[in-house]
Amino acid sequence: MGAVTITLNHFSAALVFALFTSVVFGITHRETTRDMLRYGLYCFAMFLGGVLVAGWAMWVLRR
Amino acid sequence: MANSVSEKATGKTKAPEAVSIMSVVAPAVGWLIPGAGHMMQKRWIRGGLLFVSIATLFLVGLAMQGRIYKANGGDILDILGFIGDVGAGALYIVTTTMDWGQGAIQYATADYGTKFMIVAGLLNFIAVADAYHIAIGKKQ
Repeated sequence: MGAVTITLNHFSAALVFALFTSVVFGITHRETTRDMLRYGLYCFAMFLGGVLVAGWAMWVLRR
Repeated sequence: MANSVSEKATGKTKAPEAVSIMSVVAPAVGWLIPGAGHMMQKRWIRGGLLFVSIATLFLVGLAMQGRIYKANGGDILDILGFIGDVGAGALYIVTTTMDWGQGAIQYATADYGTKFMIVAGLLNFIAVADAYHIAIGKKQ
């Protein structure tokens, strides 16, 4: 697949990862549609929140 | 243990749970084509979302010049990477057959692509387990 090359920055890569992983987690870990949606959103928020917290923690440690 | 003792005492044994065809076929098809195990059990939306999510994650990883692991890696981490990759089923088979996924170290995010493909395979394993649970009636 040499013809197609996607270059994502670190945040957009984390965004793509969080989005699709959250969809699968939501569907597979809960029973009802409402719970699936809520858990998927929760996972997405935790993934992105974790990225932001880790990013700022590294910024603080670097100083 | 307690059950087997009481079964011996009473002389009765429980009949093993009948293995339905769907409980075997759905996980197998679900492994080969992500989400297909749900679709063949008429969970169309769930199956479609699983297919889009897993396939897109895998293909984005491939397009990010991620590396695909082969079966004869030798190193323990390569073997673990292979186990993750092989979960993607047909996506993995096509990728190795076409000799894609060689990895390109000149791209800083190529390593993310490698991880994307491993995670896509692992997520498909979870989807396969979910399809099995639906097939045996443990989940709606």
